[in-house]
Amino acid sequence: MKQKYDVVVVGAGPGGSITAKTCAEAGLDVLLIEKRQEIGDPVRCAEGVAKDALIRHIQPDKRWIAAEVNGSKIIAPDGTEIKMSEEASGGKAGYTLERKIFDRVLAQQAAMAGAEVMVKTRATGLLRNNGCITGINAMYMGETHEIKADIVIGADGVESKVGRWGGIDTSLKPIDIDTCAQFLVSNIEAGEYSKFFLGEKYTPGGYVWIFPKGPHTANVGLGILGSKCGNIRPITLLENFMKNHLPEGKIIEMVVGGVPVGGPIKQTVADGLILVGDAARQSDPLTGGGIINAMDAGKIAAEVCIKAKEKGDYSVRTLNEYENRWRATIGKELNKSLKVKNLLLKLSDEQLNQLAHSLSEIDTSKMELPKMIMILFKRNPKLLWELRTLFI
Amino acid sequence: MSVNVNRYKCGYCGACVGVCPVGALELVETWIEVDNTCTSCGVCAKICPVGALMVIK
Repeated sequence: MKQKYDVVVVGAGPGGSITAKTCAEAGLDVLLIEKRQEIGDPVRCAEGVAKDALIRHIQPDKRWIAAEVNGSKIIAPDGTEIKMSEEASGGKAGYTLERKIFDRVLAQQAAMAGAEVMVKTRATGLLRNNGCITGINAMYMGETHEIKADIVIGADGVESKVGRWGGIDTSLKPIDIDTCAQFLVSNIEAGEYSKFFLGEKYTPGGYVWIFPKGPHTANVGLGILGSKCGNIRPITLLENFMKNHLPEGKIIEMVVGGVPVGGPIKQTVADGLILVGDAARQSDPLTGGGIINAMDAGKIAAEVCIKAKEKGDYSVRTLNEYENRWRATIGKELNKSLKVKNLLLKLSDEQLNQLAHSLSEIDTSKMELPKMIMILFKRNPKLLWELRTLFI
Repeated sequence: MSVNVNRYKCGYCGACVGVCPVGALELVETWIEVDNTCTSCGVCAKICPVGALMVIK
């Protein structure tokens, strides 16, 4: 460990590793720290990604692809199935990742690009000089260290502290978080589609997912919107779902976690500081997906760090470019998803069924979500009137 | 004022840390630490996926 780096990245998830790798490739002095002993473990993710988005960042590799899927199936409360997101060419549209390996490979790529990596190293605070953030306090093997850096990247996930230390309020209200539980289930027919079960009958304010991880195993999980959970625990609902829908399934792993679903927060940079991924609350409010957004944001963050280094200016004046760029791309999509989520939350199971039935004569199988929402809007304008602003 | 974490139930996911309005919680590898700024507001206990947290008033 050096005394001083150009960039210190806190958190070795996909967002942090892409930031570290991109900075290191440009010749910056980078330290990537991970508080756990192992990178990528324990998993807190349903592991589904779209193929076309992922290959912007990394060449697919059998080592970390658990399964490929044809597309998605949305299942309405009455059982009506809507197929979507299939590849036009009939190829595979998505992957279920093996995050334990995927995250390690990304960190390894950062290391090979020249970044230093430290595991079992936890940020415990920020260093400051004249109000500007100039590094971190870190604990490694029970001992504290001061690590100076021109820019600190907070890629420290749902439990992010880096933003708060930097004066950015990232605390999530119950309405801004999905509380989730997932089992890796074996001894089932996993199928070739990622499945999403909607409706209050399954879970309040969230959905149940079944993402295939192989022919006979799948991630089976559910989320409840924090403001709707009352005394119900996701783990209890999931156990019920298993009993009713997958009684033959055998649980070989348990995963729990919280997913930010509140949409963009007001601020993600400060003098000498950038937040990336779940720490910046960049996960999708509708799907809860966060891997690709974190990687896209990490790339942008790194490009801005490289410019800042060239200019020798690490203040908000320069780092604001990150803020502007991610809001114009990722942020725009998050806001659309938030609108759709907020509307879905108001619909009864009966109304969700009605929406599903309105697509009955349409082949949605090659459609992506935005297109399908547009068709739903055209066929159900009264019910979905709030969404009209999405199409302007 | 504080919260009690049942370590035998806790899945160390960090969701509670994300919702704590005062930043009183911290996830250290496989356990949750609570500092003395905790106000016993109970948001963490409400959203815990497994019900591992209990508010002490």
